[in-house]
Amino acid sequence: MIFSLEYVYYICGILMAIISFLAFKDQSNPKRVLTAIFWGIFAISFLFGKIIPPMYMGVAVIIMAVIAGIGGVRLGSYSQSTEEERTDRAVKFSNWLFVPALLIPIVTIIGTLGLKEVTIAGLALLEKSNITLVSLGLACIVAFIVALSLTKETGLQSAREARRLVDAIGWAAVLPQMLATLGALFALAGVGQAVSTLIGSVIPLDNKFMVVFAYCVGMALFTMIMGNAFAAFPVMTAGIGYPLVVVMHGGNPAVLCAIGMFSGYCGTLMTPMAANYNIVPAALLDLPDKNAVIKAQIPTALVLLTVNVFLMYFLIFR
Amino acid sequence: MLTLSGIVIVIAGFALRFNPLLVVVVAGIVTGLAGGLSVEKILITFGDAFIKNRYLSLFILTLPVIGMLERNGLKEQSQIVIGKIKAATTGRLLILYLFIREAAAALGLVALGGHAQMVRPLVAPMAEAAAANKYGKLSDELRNKIKAYSASADNVGVFFGEDIFIAFGAILLMKGFFEQYGIIMEPLAIAVWGIPTAISAFIIHAFRLYRLDGKIKQAMEEAK
Repeated sequence: MIFSLEYVYYICGILMAIISFLAFKDQSNPKRVLTAIFWGIFAISFLFGKIIPPMYMGVAVIIMAVIAGIGGVRLGSYSQSTEEERTDRAVKFSNWLFVPALLIPIVTIIGTLGLKEVTIAGLALLEKSNITLVSLGLACIVAFIVALSLTKETGLQSAREARRLVDAIGWAAVLPQMLATLGALFALAGVGQAVSTLIGSVIPLDNKFMVVFAYCVGMALFTMIMGNAFAAFPVMTAGIGYPLVVVMHGGNPAVLCAIGMFSGYCGTLMTPMAANYNIVPAALLDLPDKNAVIKAQIPTALVLLTVNVFLMYFLIFR
Repeated sequence: MLTLSGIVIVIAGFALRFNPLLVVVVAGIVTGLAGGLSVEKILITFGDAFIKNRYLSLFILTLPVIGMLERNGLKEQSQIVIGKIKAATTGRLLILYLFIREAAAALGLVALGGHAQMVRPLVAPMAEAAAANKYGKLSDELRNKIKAYSASADNVGVFFGEDIFIAFGAILLMKGFFEQYGIIMEPLAIAVWGIPTAISAFIIHAFRLYRLDGKIKQAMEEAK
């Protein structure tokens, strides 16, 4: 294929390498060397991730966590435009500013839906197995070119702006990937089985409502621990959902799946482990409280989880 | 059971506000050791999983574009546009965004939205501006609250819309999982049973967004 996911990673790697270099040069950051190393390792993971043996990558990942832990990832100084300049430019460019921003989702969708089967000289244009991600990469490139020609900024200035945003997010930018590694270790160590055994031993098995309650709340709780409902689903369903709700009490498996997964999502709304939904956005929006998004979501999540328990109880045993 | 110590470390570490990256790494190492894995296997798993999940960080590719546009007045223009819509309140705007996000996700258009692509550059500034246009200068606390609710609209919308789309990964995961028990389900059946929850999610969160307008009004009146 012409555009593969690996190329998209190369572009990320180049961007992070530039950011790492700019971080190194930024004298206003007392920890500039550590900060530069942090982003540098991130860049290497994008550029050479497939080539470096996993064990060395594992060591590098741990180094990143240690650097973050000792406060080595800091903000620097950024030559920002003033509010006056921005207001003037807003008037000047008016609604054209929205065009590059909206091109990102639009081109992603065009790629995902429309360009799946397109070939040029026998080669597929986009990597089919990762079509959404490759389309996103393509969309960002297109939007980048349009934004450059609209604003007449330089490529280097755009890297500086990206650095401003990346630094504002900070080490949290890497948290989603880090949590994925924890998920892998949980899976290998059999944490899931231990949890469902534990839950299975405390609930009264012949009470239909309690079993439904245990499954839905268990999905939410385990999702909160894993940060990801997809990781919680196999464990909870194999441990409680299938044997107790479907087999023992004759529940409808389609209802179990749909409402069970949604119960898991209620957990996703409440956990810092779902970093890319809750923590990264809080950093991206410059919120002083990293848990602010979670706090805004908890009431919805709890009410909806309650609704889910009753929905499942009334719908599943028809 | 000793493997559950990893979970305890995660909960304790997050609660005691240690750096999450460090907490996660320590929890991973402890879990691996408790599960009988060798140090080498633990390191390999770290490296392997980190590389396999690089797609989670692809949002950084949107940052040069968003950064450039912000430098040239994107937020300010968002606020100007909202200022022209008289009926725009923070709550109504976010309810509209919640609806668009959830409906688009249910149709498979999960790409329409997102924290880096839409909430930060467009939705949050517009939500803030709607309140500022009505009440004047907002306190930091109120602005942060509005921004947090903007992000929540994106999350609730995409989570509870996406499982209605039959080709979505979650549905295929669940279908495949039950096939190992010999139970064959149609993706449509799973999707359809999700509709009551999807509607409930919209009603519950839209109601809270509607109440947000009241909270903003109350906060601004108290501040006077």
